[in-house]
Amino acid sequence: MRNLLLNPVLNKEFKLRFRSFKSFLGLGLYLLALSVLMVGFIFLESQGSPMGRFRPEQSRTMFILMSFIQMGLILFITPGLTAGVISGEREKQTLNILLTTNQSSASIIFGKLISSVSFLLLMIFASMPIYSIVFLYGGISPGQVLVVLGYYIFTILVFGSIGIFFSTLVRKTIIAMITTYGVTLFLTAGTAFLFAVSMSVSQMGNSSNNPFALFFVMLNPVMILFSFLEPDAFSELSNQLGLGSEFPLWAANMVTYVLIMVLLIFISVKKLRPNMKVKSRR
Amino acid sequence: MIEIIDLTKQYGKFTALDCLNLTIDKGTVFGFVGQNGAGKSTTFSILATLLSPSSGTAYINGFNIRSEPKAVRSQIGYMPDFFGVYDQLKTVEYLDFYGASYGISQSERNKLIPQLLELVNLTDKQDSYVDILSRGMKQRLCLARSLIHDPEVLILDEPASGLDPRARVEMREILKELKNMGKTILISSHILPELAEMCDTIGIIDQGRLVAQGSVSEIQQRLKGEKLIVVKLQHGLDEAVRFFEDQPMVSGLVKREDGHSLQFIYSGDAEDQVQLLKMALLQNLAIVSFSEIETNLEDVFMEITKGVELT
Ligand SMILES: Nc1ncnc2c1ncn2[C@@H]1O[C@H](COP(=O)(O)OP(=O)(O)OP(=O)(O)O)[C@@H](O)[C@H]1O
Ligand SMILES: [Mg+2]
Repeated sequence: MRNLLLNPVLNKEFKLRFRSFKSFLGLGLYLLALSVLMVGFIFLESQGSPMGRFRPEQSRTMFILMSFIQMGLILFITPGLTAGVISGEREKQTLNILLTTNQSSASIIFGKLISSVSFLLLMIFASMPIYSIVFLYGGISPGQVLVVLGYYIFTILVFGSIGIFFSTLVRKTIIAMITTYGVTLFLTAGTAFLFAVSMSVSQMGNSSNNPFALFFVMLNPVMILFSFLEPDAFSELSNQLGLGSEFPLWAANMVTYVLIMVLLIFISVKKLRPNMKVKSRR
Repeated sequence: MIEIIDLTKQYGKFTALDCLNLTIDKGTVFGFVGQNGAGKSTTFSILATLLSPSSGTAYINGFNIRSEPKAVRSQIGYMPDFFGVYDQLKTVEYLDFYGASYGISQSERNKLIPQLLELVNLTDKQDSYVDILSRGMKQRLCLARSLIHDPEVLILDEPASGLDPRARVEMREILKELKNMGKTILISSHILPELAEMCDTIGIIDQGRLVAQGSVSEIQQRLKGEKLIVVKLQHGLDEAVRFFEDQPMVSGLVKREDGHSLQFIYSGDAEDQVQLLKMALLQNLAIVSFSEIETNLEDVFMEITKGVELT
């Protein structure tokens, strides 16, 4: 752990990233956009309501809306941030030199993963105060906000490791990018589509038990986020699917995602440097 | 000390490196010479643990590159033939980053970096961004970088390529200094004269095979016994090529650019040469002329490595 914190790659990238004024300008603009969105929402809703007040249910709706927007942002940005970090160094011809240093492959991969998503993490953290405006109006508990925040970080790390994986394995950044976006699209829109398909198929067969639909929901980070935000509506759905709530879907999702992440990082660490022992015919 | 044993590298069916054997003693400078594509960079990449060999292995200071790559990495300072630098990083920060990557403590780095910059004459550029340094400066910076963990062995892949004559002289001075510091240096080039002055031993590599090896004077001696022969034909060039290729003591045979003559290095004496010409005529080759060209070391070397670059 200490080694990971004293990581030279991480250090350097932090220095570069947080030195540039542009980074902070971007952050400022993002927060501004988010604030404008929220204030606009509150303004419109309270205009429409008979007493001119912003009620807890509306505050809740707004929170959910914001959460989905941020999740969309995360899923959209993370592949772009991570899929180029190793292949980019390869293309810039700096990777060779880095690989001849004493730094372990694991430390390089971790350093790259954390540093590449660090700015996104900062954006998410920085948006939290704006987020908590909802506390003023009620409808949401601090616990829920923390859960959402935690799941954001988790999602960033999982999808970040997908990006790092392709960046390590694929020589060209552009191909690594396309592949990572492809996988991300599959895990979001793809699983949602397959979920819808398997639902309609099972309705025809008139069976209430639908493990496929469940499986696709389980893989979808947006649905899981929804299950955190609207637990009641969600448990109704999983009841309909016939699994009840013995094993919560979010837990299945996190276990699966952790396994995927560990596997991808493991392979990336192994594949970063050539295996010198391979193909020995002597 | 570097020991290369039966090192072979295949890219699919293509053999880039063919059973290379070499021993380089501690504290000596070894020059690796060969034309483009001869396999110099391939050898160096394998020694730097960046490429896995197809078979064979090498030992650096007793560490096997196959089984102890990590130990090998701490023994060597590697400078690739092509490399990039991170933008937005200053010279000092650049060296600091790699120092940290070798696990050197901050206080140690702070002491070391000014010394290294001094060694490569970049002290006045310490606060410049690395991506705006000139090519020669980048090359020197990269050399400084490869020295940061005080490695005993330096593997330098064409450190002087792309430099103007003055920068070459500067680079050579730095390398001499490093030699005096007792480092074992492995350096590659396509140009022999550039290396001759500072190398203790030279190896000439061609198409993945070591074709000559020895001290500079030994190689010079050896090359003196050889002559360059040019044969001009009226027709049937390919036939002649086939014939001369198979003759003893003929090496480095190539067609000349004019399209109707060929040349080769011949190591036989005058008697042999007479016989060779007789044989050729018996083959009904349409020989217009058969002449020996005055050569010096450089010319013969150019023939061995068939190099085209002179500057
Ligand atoms: N990744 C690769 N795939 C296929 N062939 C390769 C690869 N890398 C190198 N080669 C081939 O291996 C041979 C040796 O290349 P290498 O780079 O070692 O030559 P070199 O002696 O360093 O030449 P130069 O003087 O141009 O730097 C070349 O014919 C090259 O085409
Ligand atoms: Mg080369």
